Amino acid sequence: MSHSMLSTSTGSGPARTDTPALEVRGLGKSFPIGGLFSRDSVRALHGVDLAIGRGEIVALVGESGSGKSTLARCVARLERPSEGSILLDGTDVLKRDRFQASRAFRSQLQMVFQDPFGSLNPAHRIGHFLRRSLAIHGKGGRSETETQARLEQLMDTVGLQADMLDSYPHELSGGQRQRVAIARALAVEPQVILADEPTSMLDVSVRIGVLNLMRRLRDEQGISMLYITHDLASARYLADRTAVMFAGELVEEGESLDLLANPAHPYTQLLVSAVPDPARAGSYDPVRRAELRQAVMASTSCAFDGDPDQPCSGDQPVRHQVGDPGNRHWVRCHLYRPRAGAGGHALAADPAAGPSADAGISVHAGPPASAHPRKASA
Amino acid sequence: MTVSQTSFGSHEPVLDVQDLTVKYIGDSRSTTAVDRVSFSIGTGEVFGLAGESGCGKSTIANSIMRLLKDPAKIAAGSISFGGRDVLAMSPEELRRFRWQDVAMVFQSAMNSLNPVLTIGEQIVDIFTTHAGLSRKESLRRAGELLELVRIDPARLKSYPHQLSGGMRQRAVIAMAVALKPSLLILDEPTTALDVVVQQEIMAQIKELQRELGFSVLFITHDMSLMVELSHRMAVMYGGRIVETARAHDVYADPRHPYTQALMGAFPPLTGPRVTLSGLPDGVKFRNIPDLAEVAPGHLVAPFGAGDLSIAHGTQATDDEDAALEGAIR
Repeated sequence: MSHSMLSTSTGSGPARTDTPALEVRGLGKSFPIGGLFSRDSVRALHGVDLAIGRGEIVALVGESGSGKSTLARCVARLERPSEGSILLDGTDVLKRDRFQASRAFRSQLQMVFQDPFGSLNPAHRIGHFLRRSLAIHGKGGRSETETQARLEQLMDTVGLQADMLDSYPHELSGGQRQRVAIARALAVEPQVILADEPTSMLDVSVRIGVLNLMRRLRDEQGISMLYITHDLASARYLADRTAVMFAGELVEEGESLDLLANPAHPYTQLLVSAVPDPARAGSYDPVRRAELRQAVMASTSCAFDGDPDQPCSGDQPVRHQVGDPGNRHWVRCHLYRPRAGAGGHALAADPAAGPSADAGISVHAGPPASAHPRKASA
Repeated sequence: MTVSQTSFGSHEPVLDVQDLTVKYIGDSRSTTAVDRVSFSIGTGEVFGLAGESGCGKSTIANSIMRLLKDPAKIAAGSISFGGRDVLAMSPEELRRFRWQDVAMVFQSAMNSLNPVLTIGEQIVDIFTTHAGLSRKESLRRAGELLELVRIDPARLKSYPHQLSGGMRQRAVIAMAVALKPSLLILDEPTTALDVVVQQEIMAQIKELQRELGFSVLFITHDMSLMVELSHRMAVMYGGRIVETARAHDVYADPRHPYTQALMGAFPPLTGPRVTLSGLPDGVKFRNIPDLAEVAPGHLVAPFGAGDLSIAHGTQATDDEDAALEGAIR
């Protein structure tokens, strides 16, 4: 791991290298629905376990409404999770600062949002955003010269000219603005960056540049990242590991290349098959797709049936190892289908089912999958 | 798909655009949004127009529909549809031309549905206004139309907010093909949708196209999607077409550096993980010359130093950027 002045100054013991930079355990979130006196709720997240190692990039993929952004908002503490814990560098931050995120938390974890046009105040110059981050978190140094040097260094890190510090956001292109947003996150020298669809609003030709920048920050400064996206190809390009979210639960996770080459869960297969790829012939096979869709909607058979080593049942979610353990690839049992009412509008089995079917309320919450051993190799 | 790749139906073009130039005229200066663009679309052919935001794709679509609003002016060129001059049409002719001959699905068209009218009422409107059918007959046809895009006809009574995004988009596509137009213009029809829904919509369009036999002008920035769907395609940059060929030729053998950059912007889903460079920041092409044929049916705008290309699988260094910038002038 390369050392740079950015990654060394965080206070809490970087000695414990085996502790994940960010770990989420059994995270759940439900939103109340209906009127004032209604007790109904919709379950947006349920029993999510996810760990991001130091200097690791993990992608979280899934469709709109699958709960990706809710997870990010919970982890960033913009939303209060209903259950579970969030461990940042081994410390349970929900216990440490119970009511709202502390400044210490913010300096460890930063977010980059989807819309670089909305996340920069048009009335201020670029320098202002970075200066403010430095001032609030006390990273600006003692003198104006030090601050200025730091600003120029930040701009250089994200590949922008230092003279852009005096520009207004409207003078910059979308890609440049997103780089400013990344520089702003970097200013506080975080250990973890949550990037929620950072490239989806950018022009195609500059997207790769932003992804390459994120990769470089990881390589050079050892920053861990959670990259939230619906674009599987970019997840494969950037992330070491990929986790697939479906209706508020993780259904499959593994090394990105392995996961996308050998998707085990029907939902992952459905996602992979939907990505246009001219290199792959026959991706528009309607029969195969109908089967997949059916498999996602109502699983009746289990790929692991008859395997004595695998405890399987319809109401006990089980994580199965897929292939070589080195790939850290697991899949949630096919038989178990998340019952959350959230998400997946795209997966309504047939249009006649109607919107009322979407408002299902979770009844059978199986125990979280964390009860089962999960082979985490370093 | 591979079958239709070789034969595009008849040679008689449905749409023929020649030297189209569109300018946005300002008080002190004007911008050329579309610069001497020529292309034609055959019967039953899917023609793709790729490029970034601001390259003039949508301006072309709006010119064909004669929807350009004031600062924009068609400065030169011709658009002919089935032998008729679109630019010379009277308002009455235009009214019939739109929707009956050419229909257009706009970007995020699903949000263009009227929220206070049911889906049924909005479809019935098309038939009563454009085809002069009775209300009862219109309602029956509207039901058939929804079935065509696999939406339960009972949904005619639904309001737009009661449908999912994908269903709304399918409803809009159904409305576009209601009067069996011979050309359908799709302007980024799936940008706002998820991959799974996007794939379904595209499959739906392909199926409808096979059934009804209309031609398609397909506008998107997603090269992978375009190559899958289109027969022929053109890549636009700064109002000019820089390359046009059969979609698979562009995919297999992109010649223009911009096309290569655009292709390099989409990481593949298979094969080893290689570093892509996309389009380096600050690279601009200026004064793009007219297209020249480099292979049968494969036309490319000649560029700079000739052998210049952005290599796949290498990180563009600053030196390369500078070389590119210098070579292209």
